[in-house]
Amino acid sequence: MRTRALLSPLAAAVVVLLVPPLITTGSGTSGGTNIPGLRFMVPNTPGGGYDITARTAAKNAEDAGLNHNIEVFNLPGAGGTVGLSRLVNERGNGKLAMSMGLGVVGAVHTNHAPSTLADATPIARLTEEPDIVVVPKNSKYKTFDQLLADWKKKPGALPVGGGSSAGGPDHLAPMLMARAAGIEPKSVNYVPFDGGGELLASVLGGKVKFGVSGLGEYRDQIESGELRLLAVTGPERVRGFDAPTLKESGLEVEFTNWRGLMAPPGLSETQRDKLIRLVRALRHSKEWKESLRTNGWDDAWLPGEKYGRFLKSEDERVDTVLKELGR
Amino acid sequence: MDVMLSASSLIDGFGTALTPLNLLWAATGVLLGTAIGVLPGIGPAMAVALLLPVTYGLDPTAAFIMFAGIYYGGMFGGSTTSILLNTPGESAAVIAAIEGNPMAKSGRGSQALAAAAVGHFAGGMIGTTLLVVLAPTVADLAVDIGAPDYFAIMVLAFIAVTSVLGSSRVRGFASLLIGLTIGLVGLDQMTGQQRLTFGSLQLSDGIDVVIVAVGLFAIGEALWVAAHLRRGGQGAIPVGRPWLGRDELRRTWKPWLRGPVIGFPFGAIPAGGAEIPTFLSYITEKRLSKNKHEFGKGAIEGVAGPESAASASAAGTLVSMLTLGLPTTAVAAVMLAAFQQYGIQPGPLLFEREPELVWGLIASLFVGMVMLLVLNLPLAPVWSKLLRVPRPYLYAGILFFAAVGAYAVGGEAIDLVILLIIGLIGLMMRRYGLPVLPAIIGVILGPNAEQQLRRALQISDGHVTGLVDTPFAVTVYAIIVVLLAWPWLKRLLPGARRRERVEDGG
Repeated sequence: MRTRALLSPLAAAVVVLLVPPLITTGSGTSGGTNIPGLRFMVPNTPGGGYDITARTAAKNAEDAGLNHNIEVFNLPGAGGTVGLSRLVNERGNGKLAMSMGLGVVGAVHTNHAPSTLADATPIARLTEEPDIVVVPKNSKYKTFDQLLADWKKKPGALPVGGGSSAGGPDHLAPMLMARAAGIEPKSVNYVPFDGGGELLASVLGGKVKFGVSGLGEYRDQIESGELRLLAVTGPERVRGFDAPTLKESGLEVEFTNWRGLMAPPGLSETQRDKLIRLVRALRHSKEWKESLRTNGWDDAWLPGEKYGRFLKSEDERVDTVLKELGR
Repeated sequence: MDVMLSASSLIDGFGTALTPLNLLWAATGVLLGTAIGVLPGIGPAMAVALLLPVTYGLDPTAAFIMFAGIYYGGMFGGSTTSILLNTPGESAAVIAAIEGNPMAKSGRGSQALAAAAVGHFAGGMIGTTLLVVLAPTVADLAVDIGAPDYFAIMVLAFIAVTSVLGSSRVRGFASLLIGLTIGLVGLDQMTGQQRLTFGSLQLSDGIDVVIVAVGLFAIGEALWVAAHLRRGGQGAIPVGRPWLGRDELRRTWKPWLRGPVIGFPFGAIPAGGAEIPTFLSYITEKRLSKNKHEFGKGAIEGVAGPESAASASAAGTLVSMLTLGLPTTAVAAVMLAAFQQYGIQPGPLLFEREPELVWGLIASLFVGMVMLLVLNLPLAPVWSKLLRVPRPYLYAGILFFAAVGAYAVGGEAIDLVILLIIGLIGLMMRRYGLPVLPAIIGVILGPNAEQQLRRALQISDGHVTGLVDTPFAVTVYAIIVVLLAWPWLKRLLPGARRRERVEDGG
């Protein structure tokens, strides 16, 4: 029984590996979404957030029969801006898309990158995940209001840890919170960590007074009671967790860490629409819906021009925060 | 009671690991891991990431058994190129090159490889046993270690650096400063400020320690040899006896056992990693060795200890990843992502939710370790025959593999330029008699120490007392004071004793 369960995916893998070369020369797939030779570029290292998004999307698109064989490759560096430069240099290439997210918006600013997101073609925003405010289980803060009251009094004495460096999502969230609460962003004592993992130890050990990170990374620790979830930064509460949004707590802040796809500049309308059509079909596939569920991502569909406008507003928001911090 | 429970769960785990199919996955993993680890520049993290898609079709237990094989196999393989060709494939194997390569050059390559293989085996076995016994305890302690504690350890490491500065202190410090400067390159994590990047995006992530090590060791060495080839002999490097002799065993068994003591705790704490314990193990062995004069010229203790420490730190890494869901190294981060691909969240509940997976994984670590030893010990004499190649060809090959390795780190052409520049620095350092080791240690320690210091000060909101407000940090500083005062104390102690004796006699 176990053996068969194991062998059948293996056999499937063999089929996947061997069959596409035989059939790619044939007609396109149902709905005409197939883009032969499509490649996804990941601007960070294997295993990172953009990597998982790109690899999941590629695999789901193949499994759903929307596209044969999408190659995923990594070009990490400088918070994603090395990859962005490459994307911008691939002018007119309709067979390339880059997975990216809010982190790249900040990295463009902190790295003074020569190529910005405005230089590339927006395809679609795909997913989003709220950030969360957590304290260890033995913290004296039981509610977000208690924390906020103390934070307003002495921002310097309440170090807040985040899993990203300056300009990254976990840095922006507390800064936006501080601004909405009337705390001078410069006085916020933000301690950057190398990812949510390293931050976790410092939150659990009480080294920082509270932590801001993605929900997905800490789901288990919250369920087991090691961490107390005080608030979520998204527009709505998260199902299964008894924690208010920032708005309910009186802070006019909505913040989600989103991810999406960008294409090179200079695409014809047909090229761009083809990519959007493929991603739209992917979004409606049951494979992608299943992936959203297992990864704890929320659907955040926003295609083409609308996505472009959203990127611009996010860019302005990041710019304002970083300017206020004097960077 | 916990230990008894762990023991019975582990036996169940062996039940899972020893099924023929899972044994096959473990064997596939260690073979792939060794093969990929031997390629310079591709460390275990890259190996696991590249092979991640291969395992999509497997059930999680089989996939993780294979990952564990790749992880440990990559480490075994990584020290092979480090010792033979002076081109470390990952940062944990850098120290092995320092003593291992001189050994290989003097015809003791097989012994160095065997010492490394057994070191990995011993470190891995002891480390994994500690993982079984101590996992919950260590996990609790690990989160108590904060930035001030790390900084105290860094200060200790910097004090220890003085013992590797070589015969000329001035040259040693110059070398250390070169390393610290290279370590500064990149984006400052605290403020996002660019440092020594010259406006290049490619430099803003800093220079990978593997590129620095390969540049200083392999390229610098190859250029140096090329510059002297006409004068020196053109013959091949002698290949000596294939096995470890009795004398060598006598010298290595203690370092093998000491390595895990240093390596395991570092692997388990969140910012520990594998570089610093290998370096500390090296210093320890140098201090304790009776053959101090051999260090730098091929002391087998300097291979055995650090390799054992590296392996044990890998086991330690798994402690915090499995019990806290906290990745402390790049490999652990990739494995964490792999867990999430299967919809499994490592963390406090993992041992309860997925006992078959966790204990099967741990048991397969033991199985994989035995496989690796059986695979690598007979291979040691075979590998070392590689050095029979005449020197001009050998060094051409080294240059080739060094370039491949540097390119593999980030897949960027600019890395090759950086590699060559660092290689030229390495050549100049040899020309003017600057030791290479302090530079490497500067690259490893500098950025770490800076980050922990600034983080500690940030948390305390700028109060210097924040550096000494934990018992752990105070203890470490006390050890430092004793170490610094030791020459003075030593003079005092026997003297005092002699005086007493004189008084007794009189």
